[in-house]
Amino acid sequence: MSTDTTPSAAPASIDDFEPTTWTGSVRKKWITTLPPEKMLPENQPAYVSSWIYVFGMLTITALIVVIASGCILTIGGVQWFHESSTGHFVNSLHFWSVQLFFLFMIVHLWGKFWMAAWRGNRGLTWATGAICFMAALATAFTGYTITTNFNAQWIAFEAKDVMNSVALGSWINVTNLGQMVGMHVVLLPLAVVAVVAMHVLLVRKHGVVPPIDALDPEAAVIALAVPSHSAEARTADPGEAATGSRSADATTGEVSS
Amino acid sequence: MTSAVRKERNAFYARTWGGKNRHYDIFKEGAIALAVTAILVVALSALFSSPDDPPLTFKGWAQSAPENFYATAVQQLAGTSGTATYGPPYNEGDGISVGPLTLQKWGGVTHPVDSVNDLVITPLSSQVEPSNVTAALRAWNAAAPDQQTTWATAYDEAVQATADDNGDLHLDAVTKGDYGPVPDLATGLLAMANSGAYDNAMTAQGQFFQTDQTKQLLMMGDGSYMDGIATEKNLQGNTWGMMNEAGSWPGQIWLAFWSVWYQLPMFNNADGGTLTDNADAIIFFILMALILLFILVPWIPGVRDLPRWIPLHRLVWKDYYKKYGRFTA
Repeated sequence: MSTDTTPSAAPASIDDFEPTTWTGSVRKKWITTLPPEKMLPENQPAYVSSWIYVFGMLTITALIVVIASGCILTIGGVQWFHESSTGHFVNSLHFWSVQLFFLFMIVHLWGKFWMAAWRGNRGLTWATGAICFMAALATAFTGYTITTNFNAQWIAFEAKDVMNSVALGSWINVTNLGQMVGMHVVLLPLAVVAVVAMHVLLVRKHGVVPPIDALDPEAAVIALAVPSHSAEARTADPGEAATGSRSADATTGEVSS
Repeated sequence: MTSAVRKERNAFYARTWGGKNRHYDIFKEGAIALAVTAILVVALSALFSSPDDPPLTFKGWAQSAPENFYATAVQQLAGTSGTATYGPPYNEGDGISVGPLTLQKWGGVTHPVDSVNDLVITPLSSQVEPSNVTAALRAWNAAAPDQQTTWATAYDEAVQATADDNGDLHLDAVTKGDYGPVPDLATGLLAMANSGAYDNAMTAQGQFFQTDQTKQLLMMGDGSYMDGIATEKNLQGNTWGMMNEAGSWPGQIWLAFWSVWYQLPMFNNADGGTLTDNADAIIFFILMALILLFILVPWIPGVRDLPRWIPLHRLVWKDYYKKYGRFTA
């Protein structure tokens, strides 16, 4: 049962907003966690300046092409590409976009590994990326089993042994075309997209991880004054760093305001 | 690096960046990346197309390797085929086990396959057969199970005994014996496959709608026809087949981390052995453990420190370090 209310003035900031509904609570949580300037920033830290950063975006764009071409193939049906040159071309688009998707993702993954991108409480970002890779493997694999050609026959026949060897085949029957179509077209893509979305939101929430051994720009002046703390520091420009009146404990390296 | 310094560094990494920024347009980057990807995909598709080798058929098998198809039919009746002896989820049996764990049995028989009836008798009964096959079917159905097994086993052994050094069978050299209706049943099934009728019977399986190819694939895999073609196309597990596909396409190269285990001699020993016989299950668990480690990298000491010990990151942030310096504990 609803109660009539009088429209109230919009709060000056999200901090002043006192939610009275579930919807309002979600809105407050969402905006405080991911304010617009974090969600859609117009700036990035100066260290975000390498080709390796492009591969995350390339992976997403390849996924867009994979999904778009997959949607067209879905409309045509699993045997369309055997009978139609247009269908075969769309199948080729799907095939090569998947190849690029994995290529980009693997480069992105290795890049993030060697950059130790999980630092600074970003472990969940790494974990969702790793889970995304696994979900994508399962999706691609089921795709091969529904191509209704020799590859599908052989891959399904061989893969069933792996599944059956650990009892998974009792529920996931890779030789059942109908079951594999449903998994490949609906369930697994939903899982991939959901995990990718979570991954991207976590990246936006935490920001791009600073370089390993980057100097703290907010303590740059102090860092330069303590050789043991920044032996290799050369040109940290106080003028370029955000200013702040901080000091550093030379023994522990702990920075305090 | 002491734990105190590590803690302090982590706090810094976690903090909102307070240093120099650069202009960045995520939507513009996305639009350019999408255009580049789309162009690459269209170009690769136009240049290299995609694999589509036609599926194998029972008709093709019967015409290319009739002796093998015939012998496989006999094995289904005798209960000695791969399918008949497979175990769960198709029929009773132990299947693969790892140590005392009979994993394959845990799921139970969820997709029952009766190799005698599903793969031979029912397809033969689904159409009008020559009189000798009809009589053979009648005799088979009238016989007691023990009698059926005695006939089929004896004939299976007689057929397999004709194999030469290359493994090729010579059906005209089968010794005479009391095999009951089994030879006529096998001959009838071969004729049915030759005409293409067996493909239709196995596809429909007595129903109008059918999307489960389990029985067809099990039958197809029991002979050496599909296996031989897969070998020719370099698709066997011990030749990285898990990540290959027919033709000159890249295949599932992302499965290399899985396929590599099948290249190890202990998992593909020609003479079998515990590890080889149970390779699928053992490798599965090795991979599950590695995948778990992969997901948990940020929390595993040593592994998470590799990027610091092998400083490839300096290539990525070379310019940044040059300009702003680098922290050393």
